[in-house]
Amino acid sequence: MAVPTVARVIEAHALVYRRTWRGSVISTFFSPVLYLVAMGIGLGSLVDQGAGRADLGGLTYLAFLAPGLLVATAMQTGAGDGSWPVMAGIKWTKTYHATLATPVGVRDLVIGHLGWVAVRLTFVSVVFVAIMVAFGAVESWAGMAAVVPAVLTGLAFAAATSAYAAYLDTDTGLSTLFRFGIVPMFLFSGTFFPVSQLPDWLEPLANLVPLWHGVELARGLALGTGTTWSPWIHTAYLAAWIVGGTAVAFRTFGGKLRQ
Amino acid sequence: MPLVEARSLTKRFGDLTAVDAIDFDVAQGESFGFLGPNGAGKTSAMRMIGAVSPVTDGYLRVLGMDPATEGPEIRRRLGVVPQEDTLDTELSVAENLLIYGRYFDLPRPLIRERIAELLDFTELAERRDDKVEPLSGGMKRRLTIARALINQPELLILDEPTTGLDPQARHVLWDRLYRLKQQGVTLIITTHYMDEAEQLCDRLVIMDKAKIVAEGSPRQLIEEHSSREVVEMRFPVGVQETIVDRLDGLAKRTEVLPDRVLLYTDDGDDSSTGVHERGLHPETLVVRRSTLEDVFLRLTGRTLVD
Ligand SMILES: Nc1ncnc2c1ncn2[C@@H]1O[C@H](COP(=O)(O)OP(=O)(O)OP(=O)(O)O)[C@@H](O)[C@H]1O
Ligand SMILES: [Mg+2]
Repeated sequence: MAVPTVARVIEAHALVYRRTWRGSVISTFFSPVLYLVAMGIGLGSLVDQGAGRADLGGLTYLAFLAPGLLVATAMQTGAGDGSWPVMAGIKWTKTYHATLATPVGVRDLVIGHLGWVAVRLTFVSVVFVAIMVAFGAVESWAGMAAVVPAVLTGLAFAAATSAYAAYLDTDTGLSTLFRFGIVPMFLFSGTFFPVSQLPDWLEPLANLVPLWHGVELARGLALGTGTTWSPWIHTAYLAAWIVGGTAVAFRTFGGKLRQ
Repeated sequence: MPLVEARSLTKRFGDLTAVDAIDFDVAQGESFGFLGPNGAGKTSAMRMIGAVSPVTDGYLRVLGMDPATEGPEIRRRLGVVPQEDTLDTELSVAENLLIYGRYFDLPRPLIRERIAELLDFTELAERRDDKVEPLSGGMKRRLTIARALINQPELLILDEPTTGLDPQARHVLWDRLYRLKQQGVTLIITTHYMDEAEQLCDRLVIMDKAKIVAEGSPRQLIEEHSSREVVEMRFPVGVQETIVDRLDGLAKRTEVLPDRVLLYTDDGDDSSTGVHERGLHPETLVVRRSTLEDVFLRLTGRTLVD
């Protein structure tokens, strides 16, 4: 593994993105804004008038929702970038095989890919926070710091899904992952309502989901409130997923590309 | 020192032995071929030489280095044209080359110069900024070759460079490869076309079922394992089986295939006269030179392309 080689891989991703970014704009920016308007403002007007406000600690629903949506969007971006592009590189366009015929090694390829995802996550999250500010969903620009847990969460999912995508032989496993994994996590990890509202037996399960930890951190940073557990525990949990996912990805990528 | 040196080189996938203890040397500046049918183990051998697939057993040195420990250094000096196209079809022709050049850590201005040269060389200059997707098979192959040359490799590995191309596109490619050889690039080519092997290779090995069954120049191989000429005949369906005994003594060796009968002989005209004298009337009869196809048939009892 070499630093310049990893940089070359990131550069290649950037060049490809320059050609293909148009397709991702809608999913990246448009849908989060739609969610913010529909849920935060539309649904929020109902929640804010009802008894729910007390359960949200006196926050408006929009203020509660926005940081959660920021991290959930990062999760989807990370999981998406970790899935089909990896499948394509290994099986469909086979560009990973071409890359690995050069001085680039498997580890350079994996880290370069995740490095590029980090760049994209940063970009997506910064824009999202700017939109939050525009909607008055964040108190101050200090809320910008919520970008950090968003990027970490996105990376945790990108690392894990790319390890998984490289292991799969067909993409049906990816559809299953999204349908039965990512979507439920999106809905039940504290994004739209506090996990304390879940049935008691489900709550510990939600605590295992990296998204929940990211949401806790982001909400704490955006609203200046505390987090459920120590912020260091939340951060360490996300870091563990990133490191663990990357280590597994080294193996699964190697298994497919260096037979 | 040979550029590639292999001793008892072996590749196994689980229980399957794809390359079984093969020995060969590739010398600087030569054009070396691996000729063999589907599944012979050509690609598996190429991938080990290209330092992308670990050697299971045996000894392999590429450019004097061990692929197990010096993979990146070897790959830095190689060019690889894989059997399947691995171009990024969403990008333009030039962008594919740019990205590849960057993987070799070449500075952008240098890459731009080389892109211009290589697109001229492969006659793709007019398609420079076009997307790769709609290009013809032959153009994609040429682009893959251009891509493999971006780092000015000392050794170029081509895995079935012309499979699936029409005859004209093949000849264009052969011409380019011939020029590269003239420029001193060492070539390793796999193919299951015997005419390609005869055209391009100074020396070749014939592979079958993971093993090397013969080695030499195309001419040596033909002289050693076949006759000078071949009489190739077709008989009506059903008749072929009945006439085999009646061909006795007409040639040094007779080969009966499902669709034709081959007489290996030093004098084709003489043998075909003999056929007619015995009152045999093949539907078609051609006298031709021996080819590597005949060598393969002799050595393995099977035809090369089925
Ligand atoms: N990754 C792999 N896993 C398992 N078996 C493999 C793998 N790659 C090749 N094989 C097997 O190894 C044998 C040799 O395959 P290889 O691709 O090297 O042959 P080839 O001479 O290149 O054939 P072709 O002319 O079809 O390209 C085949 O039986 C093939 O199925
Ligand atoms: Mg092959």
